Amino acid sequence: MNNETFQKIKQEALADWQALKEKTVIMVGTATCGRAVGAVEVMRAIDQELANQGVKDAVLMEVGCMGHCYAEPLVIIQKPGYPAICYGYVDEGTASVLVKEFIVGDDLCIEFALAATEPNDMFPTFEDFPRGMVEQKIVMENCGIIDPHNINHYIANGGYEALANAIEMTPEQVLQEIKNSGLRGRGGAGFPTGIKWETCQNIEDDVKYVICNADEGDPGAFMDRALLESNPHQMLEGLALAAFTVGASHGYIYIRAEYPLAVERVRMAIEQAKDKGLLGNSVLGSNFNLELEIFQGSGAFVCGEETALINSMQGYPGIPRHRPPFPAQAGLWNKPTVINNVKTLSYVSHIIKKGADWFKSIGTPENPGTAIFALAGKIINTGLTEVPMSTTLKQIVYDVGSGIEKSKKFKAVQIGGPSGGCIPESLLDTSIDFDSLSKIGAMMGSGGMVILDEDDCMVEIARFFLDFTQKESCGKCTFCRIGTKQMLDILERITKGEGVLEDIDYLGELAQNIKNGSLCNLGKTAPNPVLSTIRHFRDEYEAHVIEKRCPALMCKELTTFYILPEKCERSCDACIGSCPVECIYSNEDRIKVIDQEKCVKCNSCLDACPPQYDAVIKLSPVDMLKVKENVIDE
Amino acid sequence: MELTEEEIKTAKETSQNILENYTCTDRGKIIPVLQNIQNELGYVPLPAMQTVSDHFELPAVDIYSIVTFYNQFRLIPPGKNQVKVCMGTACHMRGGQIILDSWERRLDIKCGETTEDREFSLERVACVGCCTLAPVVVMNEEIHGKVTPTRVDGLLYSYQLDKEQEEGEEQEQKAGEENE
Repeated sequence: MNNETFQKIKQEALADWQALKEKTVIMVGTATCGRAVGAVEVMRAIDQELANQGVKDAVLMEVGCMGHCYAEPLVIIQKPGYPAICYGYVDEGTASVLVKEFIVGDDLCIEFALAATEPNDMFPTFEDFPRGMVEQKIVMENCGIIDPHNINHYIANGGYEALANAIEMTPEQVLQEIKNSGLRGRGGAGFPTGIKWETCQNIEDDVKYVICNADEGDPGAFMDRALLESNPHQMLEGLALAAFTVGASHGYIYIRAEYPLAVERVRMAIEQAKDKGLLGNSVLGSNFNLELEIFQGSGAFVCGEETALINSMQGYPGIPRHRPPFPAQAGLWNKPTVINNVKTLSYVSHIIKKGADWFKSIGTPENPGTAIFALAGKIINTGLTEVPMSTTLKQIVYDVGSGIEKSKKFKAVQIGGPSGGCIPESLLDTSIDFDSLSKIGAMMGSGGMVILDEDDCMVEIARFFLDFTQKESCGKCTFCRIGTKQMLDILERITKGEGVLEDIDYLGELAQNIKNGSLCNLGKTAPNPVLSTIRHFRDEYEAHVIEKRCPALMCKELTTFYILPEKCERSCDACIGSCPVECIYSNEDRIKVIDQEKCVKCNSCLDACPPQYDAVIKLSPVDMLKVKENVIDE
Repeated sequence: MELTEEEIKTAKETSQNILENYTCTDRGKIIPVLQNIQNELGYVPLPAMQTVSDHFELPAVDIYSIVTFYNQFRLIPPGKNQVKVCMGTACHMRGGQIILDSWERRLDIKCGETTEDREFSLERVACVGCCTLAPVVVMNEEIHGKVTPTRVDGLLYSYQLDKEQEEGEEQEQKAGEENE
């Protein structure tokens, strides 16, 4: 009977989707990443040009993020008779050309095209790229293709089918399927989702809660945001399935307040699902009820930890508490509570729909499924990618990311954000899964991946992450509160060239104590960036301490700027104009000289010096300056 | 930073108005209430915290501990122009700190402060999600990518020009009114 109700909804959605397929559709990626580079302006320009050209039957539609952030703003044009083509780096000018030439005329504008989005015999698709060979999309499949504001688009692409199926099953059957699939939590630690749900299901209680954890606080990670902005219903369906399995009738979505667009789109999605009878009282005519509510986090990294998140929702500072009891036993308002990450929940509907065996066929037996990463840093193709577990880091860096920009040399991958570690080139063949990564001192984390090149100082990176965790430490455990501060002080000393050799061993010792003496994973993993950099890049630490030299020329106190007199083109004043503190002057030979007392080491002159002269260089250690200047005196 | 009489008055009134929508004294509602206050006022001043603590019948220090625990809440009024410098990993690797230094130097305030004339406030934010544009500065919701120290000067200068133009127009308007 349920299925009948759902079939009706589905037919409606399919009709809607089919009608859209027959029209000319212009899709603009307007997730936050697209908006930052002007997607909204592009949309306005297209709208304007459509009106100017008198085109009335074209549909202008907002879609989410396809993961190709490097080429934003992205526009996909689907015109009957042509394959749907994705255009990259679109600005207002390109947008109006596209409307004129392709929508009105019949010129595909191949010069602006990135790839087609569906197989055809005219133009290569994203799958034909090297990254297409590596990628396998499950939860990101519909991102960037469907309109996140329209529930029909999700339903037409197989959405809410899992929920409709599950309602005809028993909660035990759903649980069994999730347990069989071996799904592990994508929040970082990789705890088996099925076991979490089972614990909660087994407890007898009238009131239970489910919470979606969307408090993505890692600097450099934006997968959860992209999923919520591009396909909010996928997470909602997962949350509904979790609630059905454990027997909860109330759920929350804990989203960070820094993601206003995600909040807006999730709120809208909840309303639409309620209207269709997919949430709310008696879902699809069954006796399963589910009320969902959004709770906005207030910007505390530690609230990603389940017990801290619960405290925050109860109106307390987000301070973790001791486990057990686990939230699945006694969580929000002391009731059994299941808390899952956005990505974890997004997989659930696919598993129920396609079966545990299908899910297990992807990845490795212990780590089934795919992993989503946010690629950032010194890589050519920044963006989001979804790859099967067991893909190697090398494939991600070189096939998906197309290698290091500006032909620089690769140095390391920082994975897992402030809880993870740095992986050097020698370990690039490591396959990506929870167990292999922790073996080499890193961590899966939530999925931020920052690529570092030869210009990045490993000591400085360790300092940066420790500075972050130190500021975000809630202060409950002494070792985390004071120990991280001590470690930070030592690292700051080293980056200033004031370190001593014993410091490196002290760091290791402190790190061990912090790991042992902290309650939650923030403290337990905070020393990881330091430990892994010492392990793999000890020579850099030693260079800072012994030679007072920063090998990557990054640490401010250990480097200095110098203008090579033999290279300086006397009549060019580019560096003088660029200097924000006016510390560059011309000497009697009209050669430019830097006043070292005033210099703030901001890199401006280095960037401003035209490449054909290339006269500005960085020196480390600072004493090198004397050597250089003496040479000239002679 | 001392609050003016007027600021204290609006703070109290605004929080009263917001609390009218919350009849219950359920502790779980404190953070949403504080978020609403911050949305309205741009910050959460002490008088507002006092009002909230009276409503929830809790010691004021409990509210203070919440406000100071979470990064989202500010305790001092924001400037007319809010400058936020992104300090995510990607921006950090491309010199976010240098940009923050430039702002601090030019505005003569430290990060997290507001200038004396309340024109500018300077903040650091965690990733704004535009890692490809690093380093990023968000000025009044407008995102500026690939910022350099000279660009900071340029942004300040263009702001100054806008302000002068505005003042010029105002004066002209006044002069026009007087002529009439």
